[in-house]
Amino acid sequence: MPADSTQIHNIGYRHYEGPRLGRAYATRSLFSQSLRGAYGLGRSAKSKVLPMILFGVMCAPALIMVAVAVATKANDLPIDYTRYAIVLQAVISLYLAAQAPQTVSRDLRFQTVPLYFSRPIERVDYVRAKFAALSSALFILTAVPLVVLYVGALLAKLDFADQTKGFAQGLVSVALLSVLFSGIALVISAVTPRRGFGIAAVIAVLTISYGAVSTVQAIAHEQGSSEAISWLGLFSPITLIDGIQTAFLGATSAFPGKEGPSAGAGAVYVLVVLALIAGSYAALLRRYRKAGL
Amino acid sequence: MTVIATESLSKRYPRVTALDRLSMDIGPGVTGLVGANGAGKSTLIKILLGLSPATEGRAAVLGLDVATSGGEIRERVGYMPEHDCLPPDVSATEFVVHMARMSGLPPAAARERTADTLRHVGLYEERYRPIGGYSTGMKQRVKLAQALVHDPQLVFLDEPTNGLDPVGRDEMLGLIRRVHTDFGISVLVTSHLLGELERTCDHVVVIDGGKLLRSSSTTDFTQTTTTLAVEVTDSDEHPDGTGALRKALQGRGVATQDDGGGLPGAGHTVLLEAEGEETYDLVRDVVADLGLGLVRMEQRRHHIAEVFRSNDEQQGEPAPGHEAPSERAAAWAATAAAAEQTGGARDAR
Repeated sequence: MPADSTQIHNIGYRHYEGPRLGRAYATRSLFSQSLRGAYGLGRSAKSKVLPMILFGVMCAPALIMVAVAVATKANDLPIDYTRYAIVLQAVISLYLAAQAPQTVSRDLRFQTVPLYFSRPIERVDYVRAKFAALSSALFILTAVPLVVLYVGALLAKLDFADQTKGFAQGLVSVALLSVLFSGIALVISAVTPRRGFGIAAVIAVLTISYGAVSTVQAIAHEQGSSEAISWLGLFSPITLIDGIQTAFLGATSAFPGKEGPSAGAGAVYVLVVLALIAGSYAALLRRYRKAGL
Repeated sequence: MTVIATESLSKRYPRVTALDRLSMDIGPGVTGLVGANGAGKSTLIKILLGLSPATEGRAAVLGLDVATSGGEIRERVGYMPEHDCLPPDVSATEFVVHMARMSGLPPAAARERTADTLRHVGLYEERYRPIGGYSTGMKQRVKLAQALVHDPQLVFLDEPTNGLDPVGRDEMLGLIRRVHTDFGISVLVTSHLLGELERTCDHVVVIDGGKLLRSSSTTDFTQTTTTLAVEVTDSDEHPDGTGALRKALQGRGVATQDDGGGLPGAGHTVLLEAEGEETYDLVRDVVADLGLGLVRMEQRRHHIAEVFRSNDEQQGEPAPGHEAPSERAAAWAATAAAAEQTGGARDAR
């Protein structure tokens, strides 16, 4: 081989002539990058540990229940589809506390946001991509166990129509939960860019509000004012979801004395949830108005 | 062809006027945007990127109106911010690939362009390591790479030499020069160090208090004068080489002066008027006859800082209601002098 063919040539600068896919593509890329990031994919091995453990913890009870149902030839699953997320809400809170700050605070803390906004994507695209990514991540976390339960129920030859209805109701419920919880957690994380602080704030808001609401509900139950119990549920995210699924999705309420809201009160629950989701979206947009260049 | 054009562009905030009827045209090449902190440089970049509406007036970038075509402009323009903007826990490659996709490049092209661009800015094996472990110089290169990865037609570089040591500063300036000469990308670079822009830019725009103070090409600013600066070594025979040279030159009928300014090392420089080619030969011969080493012989050029001094003299009274520009200019002149002090030898071109 002649010697000159082994030479390394400096080919110099090459211009890019290919397509530029623009704003919608960039938004989709940001969405998929953030969604993958919420499970530590495409990031260091260390950042995969927690989300994967929590995902495992979330699915393990479903697998056990399915195993039990199949083995004992039970007539029904040990738990309702709609109840699953309520029972495992601590895991959901932990996951959100870990991943919501990861999704938005990093860009704010390291001042990467201006790099996005100096590109074709706009503020709304950024907020939508991040909101959708965390909601989807949370939906995966909460819906996969339901899929496990459903598949298990069918394997155990439980009633198909009954199970499918319950499964569908469960999916609607966790979808609503995912969007609501993501919105709240994102807003909290976006206003607390400091590491650790955001995590604590998310856990605090989700658990303290639930703790406070259920304590007051328990007192109301003692005093026999069942009306108060259902209205008190408006003041924490998880009881909001519980209220809606009790009123509209055929769930049994986890409120003390199973005093879930009626359909009328349920409508108020729906309005509050929608207002919270819209409010978090608006708050995020507002937050990023100042985070530009 | 005009790359950036503004027409009585103003930006007023409730209490501050950031830009005040700024009209200018900037052509292709490397353009320096000079101004003290708060002179309106960042506001101008923000408006040019279409991210902040102007209060009045118009601006166009690459022929596109900033008010209506912000997205199209941002697709064709790169931006390197002044502040840190890199997440420490990802590698330069991952980060720049992501930014390329944010600019609309398909995945495969994003990876290819990232590898190319990182190589061009001088990052090799380290590009696979997390950015957290990089030196300031390497981080600046990553920041430059993300601004270039989508092959823009124009880049805005906001204080790219901030925080760099003199060597890193030189390398960055060389790189900026190459962005235009080798890559064919026009550059708008901001700095408050005038000496830097003098060596890098084709054109310098000076703004102060949101107003255009001056816009002209660097050669106008710093016309080559016929003053020669000569520096020689000492030898055993001539313990004061500089003095011996001065005496010998006077013997040949050439008037010399000391390099004023009181900077360290200034006493070792002899200044003389070059009357033509023969003066260079004369100096060479005289130095050789004396048996001294010639450290440097260069054309002394005016520095941009002097432009400010003369501007102030011309301007006289500062505009009422404005911070006196002369004070600022004096401060810049001092900064520039300090920069020249460290980089005097680099002036030889």
